[in-house]
Amino acid sequence: MTDFIQMTGIGKSFAGIIALKDASLAIRPGEVHAIIGQNGAGKSTLIKILTGVYRRDAGDVRKDGKPLAVSTPREAQDAGIATIYQELSLVPLRSVTENVVMGYEPRTRFGLIDWKAAHARTREILARFGVDVDVTRQLGSYSTAIQQLVAIARAVSLDAKLVIMDEATSSLDDQEIETLFSVVRNLRDSGVAVLYISHFLDELYQICDRVTIMRDGQTVATHVVAETTKLGLVSEMLGRDASEIQAAGLTALSGGHGNPGEVLLEAEGLRSKTGLRGTSFNIRKREIVGLGGLLGSGRTEAARAVFGLDAVSEGRVRHHSGAALDTPAQAIALGMGFLTEDRKADGIIPHMSVRENITLAMLPRLKRMGAVDRERERELVAHYIDALQIKTSGMEQPIRELSGGNQQKVLLARWLALEPEILILDEPTRGVDVGAKFEIQSIIRKQVADGLAVLLISSEFEELVEGADRIVVLQEGRSVSELQNPGITEGALINAIAHHHERSVA
Amino acid sequence: MSATVAIMRERFDPSRHGALLALAVILLFNLLVTPNFLQAQTLFVNISQVATIAIVAMGMTLVIATGGIDLSVGAIMALSGALAPLIFLSDFAAANPTLGLTASIVVPVFVALCCGIFNGVLVSFLNVQPIVATLIFFISGRGLAQVLTNGNLQTFTNPSFSYLGTGRVLGLPFQGWLVLLIALILYWVVTRSIFGRQLLAVGGNERAARLSGIPVHRVKIGAYVICAGLSGLAGLIVVAINSASDAARIGNLMELDAIAAAVVGGTLLQGGRAPIFGAILGAVIIQLVKYTLLANGIADEVALIAKAGIIIAAVYLQQARKE
Repeated sequence: MTDFIQMTGIGKSFAGIIALKDASLAIRPGEVHAIIGQNGAGKSTLIKILTGVYRRDAGDVRKDGKPLAVSTPREAQDAGIATIYQELSLVPLRSVTENVVMGYEPRTRFGLIDWKAAHARTREILARFGVDVDVTRQLGSYSTAIQQLVAIARAVSLDAKLVIMDEATSSLDDQEIETLFSVVRNLRDSGVAVLYISHFLDELYQICDRVTIMRDGQTVATHVVAETTKLGLVSEMLGRDASEIQAAGLTALSGGHGNPGEVLLEAEGLRSKTGLRGTSFNIRKREIVGLGGLLGSGRTEAARAVFGLDAVSEGRVRHHSGAALDTPAQAIALGMGFLTEDRKADGIIPHMSVRENITLAMLPRLKRMGAVDRERERELVAHYIDALQIKTSGMEQPIRELSGGNQQKVLLARWLALEPEILILDEPTRGVDVGAKFEIQSIIRKQVADGLAVLLISSEFEELVEGADRIVVLQEGRSVSELQNPGITEGALINAIAHHHERSVA
Repeated sequence: MSATVAIMRERFDPSRHGALLALAVILLFNLLVTPNFLQAQTLFVNISQVATIAIVAMGMTLVIATGGIDLSVGAIMALSGALAPLIFLSDFAAANPTLGLTASIVVPVFVALCCGIFNGVLVSFLNVQPIVATLIFFISGRGLAQVLTNGNLQTFTNPSFSYLGTGRVLGLPFQGWLVLLIALILYWVVTRSIFGRQLLAVGGNERAARLSGIPVHRVKIGAYVICAGLSGLAGLIVVAINSASDAARIGNLMELDAIAAAVVGGTLLQGGRAPIFGAILGAVIIQLVKYTLLANGIADEVALIAKAGIIIAAVYLQQARKE
């Protein structure tokens, strides 16, 4: 069978950082094709190149064997490639019909919109999906699932030959997912290819024919789904051969040699609207506790709940002092810090200087007659710039001018300056070059030796396995098991994650 | 190396120095064209008129620095301006002149501060869009003022109160000195105080500020309260200048002048920067353009168009500055 879409040797970098390197993707007509990979593996970049959102630096894109040149999403749509995004790009206040035909309205002889024809066409398309709704009603009055189907209907009405679905099921319930799947099968049977992006491996086995695995901006492999196992997919996603690592045993740098002290913080049966469904763990002095799990397993959500950022609907967080812990300000006052995953959105204040960014969380402690004690501030900042080897032209340089690794060090300094008891580190070395990464890790290790307790979240299993004394494995918002160092191997961790995956299916 | 680059960039920052350049051009133009521009009288007139814009613009700068906006400043001016004569013309004030005079300044400003709390609570705790939250007083504040005064023009003769608008200190208008005093205090607040640092952090990245334990709600309320308090004060000055209070006219369109002055002065509308002296510079430019056109016999309506031109230029410079 010839491929409908063929992407080969695709390269793309953003401001010098390589996002894709020799990536490829081949989609056959009438197949459901999945792309999986960790965060930052390059899935979305690859798709955005296909749909004309980004321009590729290198490589070749062909449709039906002929070179395909799209530079805008509209051109992609005209080439038969439609995308259904996680956040629907529809107009909820207009009718179902209007949303389906928008931009391509059928006209009467007089150039007016032929509403009769439009309604009829919309009804007919939706009926093919087994959806029977009043097409003249506002789209927003229907459920997310219906809206999603309308988005697909729109794609089909534009004669799409490839429908890209990005995390389509993330906001649907089981029954709605079933409806969506039957529509996907329906599309496949009528010869439309579907490119399916999901973090839920179970779904792959339900509707996908083939799967492409990406890692570090490269395409690792493409398999027929029926010939794979979940453990195999997970280890390919992470770039580890499970059995081989299991045999190789413990790495030299592993944690577990420390001497953890008393329990500082305890989370018990946390449930929240953000997706926690029973997460429990504790953190002790002089200890690094890792949170392991795939994306969407509730790692960051657990950290946010513990830090008082998201409300907990059930369960509780107990600090050893017994004090309430409901807001970040209270958490900070209790000696906690939270280095967030998204440096740009949650971390840096771009207009402010390195100095102001470092002392942001400790302002109350620098108070002298209502003002900031500038002398002490400078001393402290100078100390941390030196201790963390932050490369900056001076403490007055705006933080936005620093490199990613140095920005991360500034944020780490922000929390270390508080001399915290507990520090939550969410992806502390993401997007940081190798040198800075090693420095950051050794700074953390030194602090832990001095008594700091760390809750570590990392998508890099190496970092978790080597750094953590214990790893709490999360799955779909639940803590399902706990691994103890020394003794954890990447294979063991992957096993723990995949094992529970298998079990949850059964 | 990159430090020098940073300094150079600072030196040629068009959003700041563009305004200074504009001021220089306007002054030069006036020196050449406007008759009697170099008279002391010209200076006095301009200082006494620019003061209210500058005072409100400084408050507006703080609100904009949090990423918000305050449309209610003009209405709050009217409210406080209507209250003051009601108090010092009352029987109570006739019996206790000193107490009455004090109350006629303290009470309106206090009422204004309460309006600011209302705005701030809506914006922070209830998460209402600033433009909508402050629209409430924009609409109702002036109405309230007119109801209080039955829509009447209140005229009065009260030399002590009028000192606010007509007094002289060292030969210069009292309100000019008041602007300077407020500016120095606010400059200290923005650059030195904990509150100022928190204010800029909230405007610069609210999520990061919250994560760093900054009391985001309280900081925002603080900004709206200061802005409203300054508006109340400005309302009193307008009444004092005219020795009359007309609730329908006090502070009319002041919100636009204040926003324009803040923007011309280099405040970023997305928040994170609060150039206090920039706001004064912006107010001076707007006032001088108005004066220049007026002094050269050009209709007031044309001045509005000129003001629009200035705002376009200022916003253009801000956009150009973004990387």
